[in-house]
Order: sequence, then structure tokens, then C-alpha cells
Amino acid sequence: MEFLNGLVFLTNFVVVPALAYGAQLAIGALGVTLVYAILRFSNFAHGDTMAFGTAVTIKVTALLVALGITLGPLPTALLALPVGIAATMLLVLGTDWLVYKFYRVQRAKPVILVIVSLGVMFVLNGVTRVFIGVGDIQFADGARFVLTVQQFKDATGLDEGLAIRTTQAITLVTAAVTVAALFWFLNRTRTGKSMRAFSDNEDLALLSGIDPNRVVRVTWLIVAALATIAGVLYGLDKSFKAFTYFQLLLPIFAAAIVGGIGNPVGAIAGGFLIAFAEVTVTYPLKKVLTYWLPDSMAPDGLVQLLSGDYKFAVSFMILLIVLLFRPTGLFKGQSI
Amino acid sequence: MTDSLRTGLFAAFVAGLIIATGALDNWNLALVILNYGLISAIMALGVNLQWGLAGLFNVGIMGFVALGGLASVLISMPPVAAAWTAGGLRTLAGLAIGAVAIVALTAVYRRMAAGKARTIVMLALTVAGFFAFRTVFDGGVAAIEAVNPSLTGYLGGANFGGDAGRDWWWMPIIAWPVGGLLAAGAAWAIGKVALGLRSDYLAIATLGIAEIIIAVIKNENWLSRGVLNVTGLPRPVPYETDLQADPAFVARAADLGFDATLASTLWVKLLYAGLFATFLIVLLFLAQRALHSPWGRMMRAIRDNEVAAEAMGKDVTRRHLQVFVIGSAICGLAGAMMTTLDGQMTPAGYQPLRFTFLVWVMVIVGGSGNNFGAVLGGLLIWWLWVAVGEYGPDLMIWVTSALSEDSTLRAGLVDSAPQMRYIVMGTVLLMILRFSPRGILPER
Repeated sequence: MEFLNGLVFLTNFVVVPALAYGAQLAIGALGVTLVYAILRFSNFAHGDTMAFGTAVTIKVTALLVALGITLGPLPTALLALPVGIAATMLLVLGTDWLVYKFYRVQRAKPVILVIVSLGVMFVLNGVTRVFIGVGDIQFADGARFVLTVQQFKDATGLDEGLAIRTTQAITLVTAAVTVAALFWFLNRTRTGKSMRAFSDNEDLALLSGIDPNRVVRVTWLIVAALATIAGVLYGLDKSFKAFTYFQLLLPIFAAAIVGGIGNPVGAIAGGFLIAFAEVTVTYPLKKVLTYWLPDSMAPDGLVQLLSGDYKFAVSFMILLIVLLFRPTGLFKGQSI
Repeated sequence: MTDSLRTGLFAAFVAGLIIATGALDNWNLALVILNYGLISAIMALGVNLQWGLAGLFNVGIMGFVALGGLASVLISMPPVAAAWTAGGLRTLAGLAIGAVAIVALTAVYRRMAAGKARTIVMLALTVAGFFAFRTVFDGGVAAIEAVNPSLTGYLGGANFGGDAGRDWWWMPIIAWPVGGLLAAGAAWAIGKVALGLRSDYLAIATLGIAEIIIAVIKNENWLSRGVLNVTGLPRPVPYETDLQADPAFVARAADLGFDATLASTLWVKLLYAGLFATFLIVLLFLAQRALHSPWGRMMRAIRDNEVAAEAMGKDVTRRHLQVFVIGSAICGLAGAMMTTLDGQMTPAGYQPLRFTFLVWVMVIVGGSGNNFGAVLGGLLIWWLWVAVGEYGPDLMIWVTSALSEDSTLRAGLVDSAPQMRYIVMGTVLLMILRFSPRGILPER
């Protein structure tokens, strides 16, 4: 019983939140890693692309709710999501045509493209702020819980409860569907295969008749979809704030690099690794240990290894350790 | 157009913008822009050394600026004696234990042969060291933070001048180079670890380090009061109220036809401008000398072709570390100046867009690799940043005047006008990168 109580407590406060957060990071990191694999630069504007897609989704959600259209127990934002994705697709295709294409044709050095993406980041950040403001926005509606603490306690008779919020369940389901669809696309379709070929060896891919413009276009479309989905899921789970999305850039990059940048499987593994590390290290584990250890060894303190504000430090330390000891990441990524 | 003519024209244009702000709006605003612009120019100079001269992609500028600000607090604020007796030594002992643990870990990693034994020893050391550190350190911190938390609750600084440090008015000026030293120390440690990485990995690494430095300053209340902010920092220039109470000053102001209040605010800002300009000119002189020295040529050779430079016997990693430390020190110096000018340390105010990426815009727009370009770019972009925030709303009211007075669209646009500065900065950066990629004053 003691052990089970401890396990339930851990699941409720560490495992479930970390799973949801990890899924959000993983989808974000997939976007970064795809841009890196195909377009060969680190896209600093990714966080703000996520913010833009989410902002559009929020506006459409508000419109739908005003019209009386909701999804019942599910958040209305899911209905608005396709519109957000479409808007973001237009945005990134526009940016590519207006900004990035010029440098791609010139075959500019990757670092120049990174600086260019800083400019795009500034503009997108401003556009999002003008469009939706700088405040904190909650846009999750519908039922709050799939499983409440009380239901769980009644069903199992344990002292500790386990709650699963709707947003967490939706995050995991959506993430699973998204990732499955992406991998099916990359591994099974002709376009997906041409993308992978382009990523592995650009010159060889061009020789075999792959249209680079098409590959780039498809990549941007997928990246826009991934960014919007990641952004909306994160916003549903926590809340939307333009500045927070900019800050997400760090754990997302950490996830992509830790997993091996340019490698989609690595991005997913990295996302969950970073999320679990962040949540575990910054959550007070006192209660779990009280359950699991004999009374004589029960801890006095909170057993919170680091205060919550140091969560960036956690992702960063993992990033640094991986970079020092395994520069290509856990799964073999590209190293240009 | 010759280089010097181009530089002169650009300088005249920037000076004209600031003077026009003073003449057409008000001189206080113009001097505020000038002061922060001078500080920004120093930051841009530091980044230009790293990027323009050595090709290092550092996006952790905010961290070094914040460390400079911290130095400003630690040097120019009066010490809190009660906090020192309550837990000062214990906290320092905790930090010492942490440092010893890290040294021991490195020693074990270096000395022992790789294998299971080493892993186990290192793990045991990490756990033991961490808990020993937390036990000693946490007690000291709690004692310090309990001392009068609403006013102090931190260790304070090193300014023993009476009247809350005001008697030693020169301490803030001492704090500026100390800020540089603190930033240099951090940069050395970071550079040792991160400089071997590829350019965009270095970018992510520095971005992360800056966030961590800010997190430390925000959370370690015993050191910096965290988000409670440190206010009332002593200043190296007289206070306006003292000037207004000084009959000699009032009389001189009246002679020149100024009202005493206005004259005192302007005079204080002019004194600051003089101080900052002195530092800037010295640094610019040094940077110019470095650029045209054999050392500068070597750095550019390394930047343009690392492999060739290495083949010629240049120690690329060491040179990179050197220029990374120097550039970061300059950013730390500027950060200390900025905190002194603000008169307070507000850790929540450090935002990467403002303190890292804006400085990058300054360097790229001014002309990377050209010191005058970076300095003038700093002044120009800072002027633009303030101008868009200051005049943007007015402009937006005028632009939207066709819409009706109570239209929500109009209200929204006018409200969000200050946010336009991000769009303007991004657009300026993208335009320069596209049409004049080497900046307004290209490297020679």
C-alpha cells in the first residue's frame, strides 16, 4: 500500500505532467530538427512561429465560442487548430519566399541564416504582440478533468489520488497521432523519402532529380503544422503568453540537440528526457520518499533538488553534458 | 566615398538625430537616449570584438550585462553587517564546499582510469557533495534572508562610505571595471567548456548560460535580493535635489537663463554622458589599436580560415577564449554602468530581446568588423528603439485618424503601438542583411 501510494503520488505530480510537457517539447523539437535537416540552420524564430500559430488559434477559438460552437467536453481550440495551422503555413511560406530563399540561392553560410532567423524572430514576436497583446491568456474550455482525484480514490481505495486533466490527455493523444503521421509520411511516401534523401546528401538528391524547391516547401508546411500543434497544446495545458513561447526555445533546442539534431526519433526522445529531468529535479520529492523509505529514514526537508526557477538550468546542464561527451547527440544526428 | 567620409557622415547623422530629438521634443529625453546609447555602444563594441573580429556567435550578452549589474550592487551598496554576522561565513563556507566538490570531481575524472569504479566514485562524490553543500549553504542563506527582509535580507555590497554609501560617491565608478572582471571570469569558465562547439551550438549554449545567470540573480536573494530588487544605488554624480539646494548652482543656472530644476536634471545627465563617453573613447581607442595590430590580423585570419590559421601554428582555441573573455568583459562593464545609471537592479528587467538580440541588431546594422560601425550602430539603433516606443503611439493615432474615435480596431492598434518596435527592429535587421550585408560602415 505504502509503495502504491508513493507511486500514485509520483505519477500524479511528476510522471503525468512530465509526459504532457515532454510531448509538447518533442513536437516543438521535431520542427526545429526538420528545419535543421533540410534547410541546414538553427531556426531561432521557431518559438515565435509557435506563438503566432497559437495566437491565431486563440482568436478563432474566441470567434467560435462567440458563435456558440463548442466541442462539448473537448476544448474548442481543437476545432480552431486547422485554421491556426493554415495561417502559420501561409506565414512560413511567405517568410521563406521573402527572406530565406535569397540566402538559400546564394548558398549562404549557416550562421548567416541563423542571424537572418533572428530578424524573423523579432518581426514575428512583434506581430504576435500587436495581434494578441502581451498578457496571459487562458483558452482551454470544456471539461477540466478526464479523471479526478476523488474518482480515482473511490475506484482504488488508495490515500493518494491521481488526476488526469483533459488537456494532458489531449496532448498525449494528439502528439501520438502527429508523430505517427509524420513518421508514416517520412518513411512511406515518395515526398517523405525525397526529404530524407535531401537531408542525407543534398547533391546526390539533386542529381537524382529531386526538386529542391518542393522539398523546402513541404518541409515548411510540416514545420508550420508541428509548431502550431506544439504551441496550442502547450497553451491549452498551461497558458498563452508571447514571452513564454520565446523562452521555450531553450528547452526545445536542448531536446533537439540532446537527441541528435536532424534526427526525428532523437527529437522525441530528447523532448521527454528534458521534460522528465526538469520536472523531477524541480519537484519536492519529500512525500514520495516518505512513502517509500522506512520511517527512520524519512527526509526532513522538501527534497527539492533545485528551486523551480532553475528548470532552464536543468535542460541546459543535460545539453552541455551531451555536447561534451557525445557531440552528435544520443541518437546519431547530423554534425555539419 | 572614402571610409572616413562615410564614417563622418554616419556620425553626423546619428548626432543629428539626437540633437533633433532635443531641439524638437525635449533635451532631457535626448540626453537619456544619449546616455543609454553610449552604454549600448560599449556593448556593441564588445560584441563586435567577438563576432566582427573573431566570428564567435555569442547570444548570451544578457548574462554578462546582468553580471556587470550584479557587480554594481556588490561594490557600490553599503554592506549589511547584521546579515554578515548572521550567516555570511556559513554561506561562503557552503559555496567553498561546492567548489571543493567540483574540483574533486574533475580530479577524479582526470586521474582515475575510465570504468565502473570511476563512475561509482563520481556518482558518490556528486551526491555527497551536493547534500553537504545544500546543508551548510541553505542554513546560511536562511539566516541572511531573515535579517530585515523588507529592506535588506542580503549581504549588501562593499561600500563603507557613510550615509548609505553616498559619501564614497566614487565607488560606482570602481564597480564598472569590477563588473567587467566578473563577466570576464564567467566568460572564461563558459568559454573553457563551450568554445569547442560548432557555431550554432555555441549560440544555444550561450543563450542557455544567460538564462541561468538571470535565474541565479533572480533566486539567490542573499546575494542580489532577487526579484525584490535593490534600489537606491549610490551614484557617481550629484543628486538633483542637492544641486537645487546649492545657491551657487542656482545662481549659475539663472545666469545662463535656466530654471534650477531643469538645469539640475540636465547637468546630472551631462555628467553621466561625460563619464560614459570617456570610457567609450578609451575602449574605442583600444579596440582600434587591437584591430590594426598583429594580434588583430591574426584574429581575422583565424575567423576567415580556421584550418589555415591552425596550420600556421596559431592556437585557435586559446585565441577564441581570449577574445570571448575580452568581449564579455566589455559587456559586463557596460552592464555595470547601466545599473548605476538606472540607480537600481531589477533582475526581472533582463529580457533577451532587449539585452542580447538588440545588441546584435546594433552590430550587424552598424557594420560587423568595424568598431566605428558598431559604436554608431549602437547609438542609432538605440535612438530608433526609444523613438518607436516614444513616438509610435502618436504616429499610430495620426495613421488611424480616418477610423472613428471609438473603433476597437483603432484602440487596439494605438495600444499596441509600443510593440511595433520589435517589428521595426526585425525589419531593419532583415533589410540590412539583404541589401547591405556588411552593414552601414563595412569592414575595411
